[in-house]
Amino acid sequence: MTDVTQQLPLAIEPPPRAASGLIGWLRANLFSSAFNSILTLLGVAFLAMTIPPFIRWAVVDAVWSAPNSRACAGAGACWAFIHEKFRFILFGTYPYEEQWRPFWAVLIFLALILASCDRRLWGRRLVLLWLAGLAVVGVLMWGEVFGLSYVGTELWSGLPLTLIIAVVGIAFAFPLAILLALGRRSRLPAVRTICVAYIELIRGVPLITVLFMASVMLPLFLPTGVTIDKLLRAQVALILFAAAYLAEVIRGGLQAIPRGQIEAADALGLGYWQRTRLIVLPQALAMVIPPLVNTFIGTFKDTTLVIIIGLFDLLGTINASLNDANWRGTSVEAYVFAAVFYFCFCFFMSRYSYMLEREFNKGRRR
Amino acid sequence: MTTEIIRHPARPSPWRNPAIRGIAFQVLFVAAVVALGAFLVHNTLINLRRQNIASGFGFLDREAAFGIGESLIPYSPADTYARAFLVGLLNTLYVAALGIVLATILGTVMGIARLSRNWLISKLAQVYVETFRNIPLLLQLFFWWGLLRETAPAPRQAWQPLPDVFVSNRGIAFPVPAPDPAYGWMVLAFCVGLVGAIGIFRWARQRQTRTGEQFPTGWVGLGLILGLPLAVFFVSGAPLTLDRPELKGFNFAGGHAVSPEFAALLLGLVIYTGTFIAEIVRAGILAVSWGQSEAAMALGLKPGHRMRLIVLPQALRVIVPPMTSQYLSLTKNSSLAVAIGYPDLVSVANTTINQTGQAVEGIAMIMAVYLTISLIISALMNLYNRSVALVER
Repeated sequence: MTDVTQQLPLAIEPPPRAASGLIGWLRANLFSSAFNSILTLLGVAFLAMTIPPFIRWAVVDAVWSAPNSRACAGAGACWAFIHEKFRFILFGTYPYEEQWRPFWAVLIFLALILASCDRRLWGRRLVLLWLAGLAVVGVLMWGEVFGLSYVGTELWSGLPLTLIIAVVGIAFAFPLAILLALGRRSRLPAVRTICVAYIELIRGVPLITVLFMASVMLPLFLPTGVTIDKLLRAQVALILFAAAYLAEVIRGGLQAIPRGQIEAADALGLGYWQRTRLIVLPQALAMVIPPLVNTFIGTFKDTTLVIIIGLFDLLGTINASLNDANWRGTSVEAYVFAAVFYFCFCFFMSRYSYMLEREFNKGRRR
Repeated sequence: MTTEIIRHPARPSPWRNPAIRGIAFQVLFVAAVVALGAFLVHNTLINLRRQNIASGFGFLDREAAFGIGESLIPYSPADTYARAFLVGLLNTLYVAALGIVLATILGTVMGIARLSRNWLISKLAQVYVETFRNIPLLLQLFFWWGLLRETAPAPRQAWQPLPDVFVSNRGIAFPVPAPDPAYGWMVLAFCVGLVGAIGIFRWARQRQTRTGEQFPTGWVGLGLILGLPLAVFFVSGAPLTLDRPELKGFNFAGGHAVSPEFAALLLGLVIYTGTFIAEIVRAGILAVSWGQSEAAMALGLKPGHRMRLIVLPQALRVIVPPMTSQYLSLTKNSSLAVAIGYPDLVSVANTTINQTGQAVEGIAMIMAVYLTISLIISALMNLYNRSVALVER
């Protein structure tokens, strides 16, 4: 038997040109069939119809500085509005000379959020870091100590308010949610019923009703003479609301814990709380971190609703600056600006959650 | 060697008995919850008496004395608060129902587009999903409302994206077919066709189990459902006259017009919820393993049959439960209408609370309505879910 390769001395040929390189890629990904070619052409037409006018509006024809909206009435975007109102949008009605304080508060928040993304820091140290950070932010915003003048919460607005409501809301909702989720999984019927009723009631109504309830009914609930300020009312509403949603996510983790883990803990003689704290929760929470981050994103987006009960978060200061008679008709620019901000924040968090999900699934992937 | 005397411990104290501890803990917990509730109710009653607000739903029979911009049923400020609530409720249901249908269509198309082998289409769908999912809904509502209210021109210079469709700061006006008696008969024919198609479908399935013979139910059913009304349409002389919107004075007359508030709310809800539905659809289709499709091909099923008999039933099992929660959240999100002035239930209730001070009753009514809607949607979707769910031993 002779060697086949010796009998057929064929040179190894490169793949046909139409199947490799740019043309090959185009063929495989854009023009693989008649239907796909039509879709591609439609897509290109859509892009040609939307992208150039948008760039013309947002960049080429845009006006970057002008005294008022009449001066920049043209075909392009009036970014002068953002330029003019930038500081008000960020810090709102906080006293002008004192605005370095919310500025630092925002920087501390951003630093804390970035630090929380580092998994090496997760644990007790991160909690302490957050507590310290929140204390500093509180001192900065309220003042009255270290020679800082007192600034009431009714003047807090803009970006720091958005971040405070979101961060404090999540921080307080989380422990409450753990208790609710444990309660829902409890063997004690009374505890279970109350927790189920709470979770389903809150999840069945829109956030607005909870906010209305907090702003209109909370004053009625409290003993005569006790008043709580508007920010705290909104904060309580958001905590109660977010806790119900977080509880359901955490319940998913609790349900995924194998029965054997609990039995093993029982066999070791651990009590309910020891078992929960040392065996169940660490595993359950680790399993649901990606959906937890998604719920955090939802809560962050939900903070915009506080403007309906009269607080001025970032969206609220933007609405307030649109009321300026000098800047009529610039709402599209203002909302595009706000959208870019919220998008960056949420997109960053969702990418992070996606990354975590992939990391955690490494062990499960085969 | 010492022998240790094993002492039998005395009976453990009842406090160590898990059953007794459980009961004690529950009693304490319930007592705490009841005490908190009683404290709040007590305070509320005192505060209401102090502010001279009569509790109860008697205010519903009083005259509302406020106008409502758009209404599906006749309404005037002289009507009662109860009727105003009904108007708000109908508006909420209207926008939610329309939103659910449109968001499902948009989301399904985008979800499938994201899985397309066409690179450009899949990227476009991805950009849509990532962008609109990460912007708060309220901001999107404000944006669309601002665009329609402020940036859109006055009716005289209205944009005309399609012939006879006018977009102005007074809303969107579009032509509708002028009423004609033939349309009533067409609706009847449609219903007859629907019933007939269901009957044929049942008969064909029974026949197939009995004899194995197939029947083209799809085409015949489609023919019945669409063909019968079309036949009626042509038999009655094709009476297609469009009622076109025309500029009269400062606004459009004729055709059908929707307010900027309604258009902005619907647009925002559909585009926002569509992103989530797209992700659900994509995940559902990806959840069906490729081996299932390969097995179907090996059995010689046609692509259409493969999709309908193998892939879709399994994908729906994954899709339906999260879809339910999206429908619920769309309905609840429609309450954001209050921010842009569309008179939905929350907005009407808010006005009522401001006028009468009946905060407790007003909020109780909103909550009751939303809870009822939530329960109905969950019940319907659970019913559907049961029909697609896996039947195990």
